[in-house]
Amino acid sequence: MITIPDKALRFAVKPTVFLACLVPIATLGWKVYQQNLGANPVDVITRSTGKWTLTFLLITLAITPVRKVLSLPWLIKFRRMLGLFAFFYGSLHLMTYVWLDKFFDVHAMLQDIAKRKFITAGMTAWACMLPLAITSTTGWIRRLGGKRWQKLHRLIYLSATAGVVHFIWLVKADLRRPLTYGAILALLLAYRLTTWLLGRVKSRQPAPA
Amino acid sequence: MLIKKPNDIPSSEITSKSSYLNRRRFMTGALATGAAVAGGLYLRHHDAAMGVPGSVEAHNASADTNGQKLSGIIKSQYSTTEKPTSFKDITNYNNYYEFSTDKYEPAGLAKNFRTRPWTVSIDGMVKKPRAMDIDSILKIAPPEERIYRHRCVEGWSMVIPWVGIPLSAMIKLADPLPGAKFVAFETVKSPDQMPNQKRDVLQWPYVEGLRMDEAMHPLAILAVGLYDEVLPNVDGAPLRLVVPWKYGFKGIKAIVKLKFVDKMPPTTWNIMASNEYGFYSNVNPNVDHPRWSQKKERRIGDSLLAPKRDTLMFNGYADQVASLYNGMDLRKDF
Repeated sequence: MITIPDKALRFAVKPTVFLACLVPIATLGWKVYQQNLGANPVDVITRSTGKWTLTFLLITLAITPVRKVLSLPWLIKFRRMLGLFAFFYGSLHLMTYVWLDKFFDVHAMLQDIAKRKFITAGMTAWACMLPLAITSTTGWIRRLGGKRWQKLHRLIYLSATAGVVHFIWLVKADLRRPLTYGAILALLLAYRLTTWLLGRVKSRQPAPA
Repeated sequence: MLIKKPNDIPSSEITSKSSYLNRRRFMTGALATGAAVAGGLYLRHHDAAMGVPGSVEAHNASADTNGQKLSGIIKSQYSTTEKPTSFKDITNYNNYYEFSTDKYEPAGLAKNFRTRPWTVSIDGMVKKPRAMDIDSILKIAPPEERIYRHRCVEGWSMVIPWVGIPLSAMIKLADPLPGAKFVAFETVKSPDQMPNQKRDVLQWPYVEGLRMDEAMHPLAILAVGLYDEVLPNVDGAPLRLVVPWKYGFKGIKAIVKLKFVDKMPPTTWNIMASNEYGFYSNVNPNVDHPRWSQKKERRIGDSLLAPKRDTLMFNGYADQVASLYNGMDLRKDF
């Protein structure tokens, strides 16, 4: 078990992780500025923001298992930030679609959401993140109460699943990349299912005499 | 057959001179920065391909035709007057699944693809089946410049100055039997050179087909060049099909076989997902791909903030080709 002094965590590790999380958007921004995004910049922006949304969702979901398996309790202090970065990149991804792909054509977007499965899945993924981002503050945890807050935040399972399905459905051929995300997600969800089942079995066992 | 001259620039599409000049200025700036980054790499590759003494590629048999100028090219009345997409974009952004499912990777992966010796077999329902060397195919007809719009099924488009020979010239030479109703095309199968052919991305080799009247249409060509040069490997060298009123994937690359048949031949993307890709695959803004709209397209080279363009029926070639499909339900036969 590795312990880190609280001060170091707050004033060194956390800011460093925060800056690291900004690297993808900084890189992308720099390439836009340099006009160095290849033949189809909108495509590159869409893919990059999408990839990082899913990546941050999976990293957020990995916090609890890694924290428990490796007994690193302080990891919990990064969960909110990482989840918010998933929402940040997800929102950029959505903005790319709304602005650069559809040019705010509401009619075309509504048609897309209704007719195209992968858009429906993507919108679901983002919509599930929205209440989580809003209620991510300490104030909201207090207002909702820990139990209810936790229940609400299980929406991330749905969000990540919808995100992976969105990726699988948009690919024309060669599912290796979306399925890699899918496999990691399945592993992370399996961990939760297992601990939940084990918890139930334990609670049913009669107390030792 | 009466072929109308292309009438493909509505006045609304013509860029005003002032905004054209503005864009030029913008592009010069953009190019200056872009060129500094990309230029080094690109030129290095290009020089090597041209056979700069001492470079490794100069000794490589595959590079012998790369970048070679084609001579005796005739202009064609079928060319559009729209501004062609840059050579860099055409040769760095495309789908060539034999090499990679990524659109930026084939450029590098196809660099050393061997296009000589190359034989194309012509068989099936023809009077005299034969195998033709690529260099004799190049002499079937004088090469023509055909500047065509190119619309990918994924929703992006380019304007490409192909050099090619009419497919009809090849077919006339093959002399098909009266019973032949379709032409089936086949790409080379060469897993050693085409890494993705070792995996089940698609069913290999890639196959395509045209109905005989489509194949005989003067707009259909076998491309052998691009921008007055020998066709770059990444775009399907040494021989690829170009059918500008159909989605790009109909343009089968690195062709080694033409077979004349009496029944509609199987086509790769149709085998992969028959509800998404039909045999005809004509560009049609009114028939959506099941997973995305086909109403609009992004023209490669347009600015990041430029709105998408409207996709035109038959990719803007309706005047020339619509009659091929008279009486057909294009929603059913998509």
